[in-house]
Amino acid sequence: MPRSDIAVTDSLESLSILDEHGNLDRDLEPQLSKARLLELYRAMLLGRRFDERLLDLQRQGRIGTFPPIKGQEAAQMGAVFNLRPSDWFVPAFRETAAEIWRGRSLESIILYFNGFNEGGLVPEGRKDLPIAIPVGSQVLHAVGLGWAARYRQTDEIVMTFFGDGATSAGDFHEGLNFAAVYQTPVVFVCQNNQWAISVPVSRQTHTPTLAQKAHAYGMPGIRVDGNDVLAVYAAAAEAAERARSGGGPTLIECVTYRVMMHTTADDPKRYRSEEEVAQWQQRDPLPRFAAYLQQKGTATEPQLAEMETGVMEEIQAAVDAAEKRMGELGDPLAMFDHLYAEMPPQLEAQKSALARELADGGKEVDDE
Amino acid sequence: MTTTAGTMRKLTYREAVREAIREAMHKDERVFLMGEDVGRYGGCFAVSKGLLEEFGPERIRDTPLAESGFTGAGIGAALGGMRPIVEIMTGNFSLLAADQIINTAAVLLHMSGGQFNVPVVIRLATGGGRQVAAQHSRSLEGWFAHIPGIKVLAPATVNDARGMLWTALEDPDPVLIFENSNLYNMEGPLAVEAGAVDIDRARVRRDGRDITIISYGASLFKALEAAEILAKDGIEVEVVDLRTLRPLDEATFLASVARTHRALVVDEGWRSGSLAAEISARIMEGAFYDLDAPVARLCTAEVPLPYAKHLEEAALPQVAGIVALVKKMVGGHG
Ligand SMILES: Cc1ncc(C[n+]2csc(CCOP(=O)(O)OP(=O)(O)O)c2C)c(N)n1
Ligand SMILES: [Mg+2]
Repeated sequence: MPRSDIAVTDSLESLSILDEHGNLDRDLEPQLSKARLLELYRAMLLGRRFDERLLDLQRQGRIGTFPPIKGQEAAQMGAVFNLRPSDWFVPAFRETAAEIWRGRSLESIILYFNGFNEGGLVPEGRKDLPIAIPVGSQVLHAVGLGWAARYRQTDEIVMTFFGDGATSAGDFHEGLNFAAVYQTPVVFVCQNNQWAISVPVSRQTHTPTLAQKAHAYGMPGIRVDGNDVLAVYAAAAEAAERARSGGGPTLIECVTYRVMMHTTADDPKRYRSEEEVAQWQQRDPLPRFAAYLQQKGTATEPQLAEMETGVMEEIQAAVDAAEKRMGELGDPLAMFDHLYAEMPPQLEAQKSALARELADGGKEVDDE
Repeated sequence: MTTTAGTMRKLTYREAVREAIREAMHKDERVFLMGEDVGRYGGCFAVSKGLLEEFGPERIRDTPLAESGFTGAGIGAALGGMRPIVEIMTGNFSLLAADQIINTAAVLLHMSGGQFNVPVVIRLATGGGRQVAAQHSRSLEGWFAHIPGIKVLAPATVNDARGMLWTALEDPDPVLIFENSNLYNMEGPLAVEAGAVDIDRARVRRDGRDITIISYGASLFKALEAAEILAKDGIEVEVVDLRTLRPLDEATFLASVARTHRALVVDEGWRSGSLAAEISARIMEGAFYDLDAPVARLCTAEVPLPYAKHLEEAALPQVAGIVALVKKMVGGHG
C-alpha cells in the first residue's frame, strides 16, 4: 500500500458557556462560590478601570508608553484565576489585569510605566516573571520553569501568556515542542486579540485556528470565546488540572479583541475599520459577566455600583502614592546596580566616573 | 588519563571538562546538563561520554534540535531553582540562541530591579583550525564579551577547564564558557586534588621583560610556543592568558605592559570591532606613557574561514607570524 490514510485522531473543541446575548449553558457552567465570582468580577473591573486611567495619565503626559488591555479582561482573568500562589505566572506584556490579580500593586505599575525599574518588582515570594518584550521569548522560560517544578517533584504548574502574533515566532514552536516532549506542566494561553500591531491574524497563519497547532506537537488544544470569562475559566481549570496531575501541557486559544491601540504610540485607524471595533465592543466581556451575576442573584446592581466606587478609590490612591514616590526615585547611579550580583571593578569605575561627571554638571569630562 | 608519580596527573582538556561536570553533578543535585546529543552520543566533542549511564536521562538531557528552545528552557529552569549546564554544540549555533542570552539572561536582573538572577552556565565549543569550514569555525566569544550582564570565560589550560565550571555554577549571573575545540585533545598536568579556580583574574603564563603578548584560548599556546622560539634569540616574552573575557581583568595586562613597554594582542576573532581592539584601547587609555611601540594585533584574516587546510592556516594567527611580528616590534633588541 504505497499511499494510504493515516488516522489523525485529535479533534478540536471550541467552548462557549455564556454568550454575548446572555445565554448560559447550565451543564457547562463552572461551579464557583459567590465570593469567588465576586472576586473574579472585581479583578476584571479593576483591570478595566485602571487601564482607562492609565490611558488618561498617558495622554496627560504623566506616564510613558504602555499597552492597553481593554477588551481582554476575561481572556486573562479567567485563566490566571486558576493559579495558586505557588504556581508560576509568566506574562507577555499585555496582561496587566492578571498581574494585578497576582498581587502586583497598581502603584508599581504606574512607576514602571514611568520608567522606574523599582516598579517592576514582583511581590515578595510571588512566582511571577517580569514582562517579556521579545515576542514569544517567555514561552521558553515557562517550559524551563515547568521542567524544574517536575524535577523537584512539586505539584507547581506554570501558566504563560502570549499573543496571536507570537504564534508565528520560533520560540513559540520550540517551546510547545519542548513542553510536549518533556510533558512539562505548562498551560499555554494565547490571547488571540486579532492583531499584532497592524498585522491581522490572517497574516500570521493559514490555519483556521491557532488552537489546532497544539496537535502538531502532540498536546491538547482548545479554542474558547475569550470574552466569556466562564468559558476561559473552565478551559483553563481543565488544563491546570491536567498539568498538575502529570498530564502535560495544553494550548488554549482565547478569541478576543484588542479594543484599543497596540500601545499608546499607535493609531489603529490607519489599519482597521471603526465598524470592526464597534462590532467587538458589542461583545464586551464585562457587561456580559455583570448581567450574569445579577441574573444569578450573586450581586445586585447597587452592589456592583458600590464595588465600582471602591475600585475607583483604590485607583486614585495608587496614582497619588505613585506620583509622590516618583519624586524620591531616579538616581542615575542606580542603573549600574542590578547588572551583576556583584559589581565588577570596571563597572564600579564607570559608576564613579558618571558620579563625578554628574557632580560637575558635565563641565569636566572625566579622562580616566 | 595517566597518573604520574606524586600529586600530579595528566589528563586531556576534554577529560577535565567531563570531570568538572561530573563533580558538579555529584555535589549539587540542582545541576543538570542539557543540549543536543549530550546523552547516548556523549556530546559532539565526546565531553559528556559516560555521563548518561552515570546520571540518567533526567539529568543528562538530550533536547530537541532548537538552540533558542533549550537555551530559553535552561534560563527558565535556572529561574525555577535549578543550576543548568546548557551545551550549545558549537558557538556557531549560539546565534540562534542569541536573543535568549542577550535579551533575557543578560537583562533579567536589571529588568526585575535585582529580583531575578539567572544562574545558568552555557558551554560552547569555539574556534577554527579543524577544517570544518566557514559555518563551523567562528570565534564569536568577542561578540558576547560586548554584552553587559553576562560573564564570558575562555579556559585555555586543563586546570582551568577543570576548575572554572564549578565557580561558574556557583556564580549567580549567567556565565558563558567558550571551549576552543582544538584544545579538547590537549593533555596537561593537573593536581590530583585540583578543584575550583577563580573566574575573574587573568594570569601571566610566562614571565618576560621585552614584550607582553595578551591572548586566550587556543591562541595562548601559539603565543607560548612563539615565546619559546624568541627566547632563543634573546627576546623575553611575557604571556598573559586573559581567561575571562568579560569582565576583563585589565589590571593584570596593564601591569605587565608597564613592565615590558610593548604589547601584542593575539586573538582568533576578526580585528574590526574585536576584543583585540578593546584590549588595545585599554592599553592606550591605561598604559600609554609606558609604551615604547604602538600596540599591535594579530587576528584572523577578515574572511569566512576557508575549508582547505593550507588556506585555513594562512587565515588564522600562527606561531611564525607571532615570531616575525614580535621581532619587528622589539627591533634592534636581541
Ligand atoms: C521578537 C520581537 N519582534 C518584534 C517586536 C515588536 N513587537 C512588539 S509587540 C508586537 C506585536 C505582538 O503581537 P501579539 O503577539 O499578537 O501580541 P499583542 O500585542 O496583540 O498583545 C511586535 C511586532 C518584539 N517586541 N519582539
Ligand atoms: Mg495580538
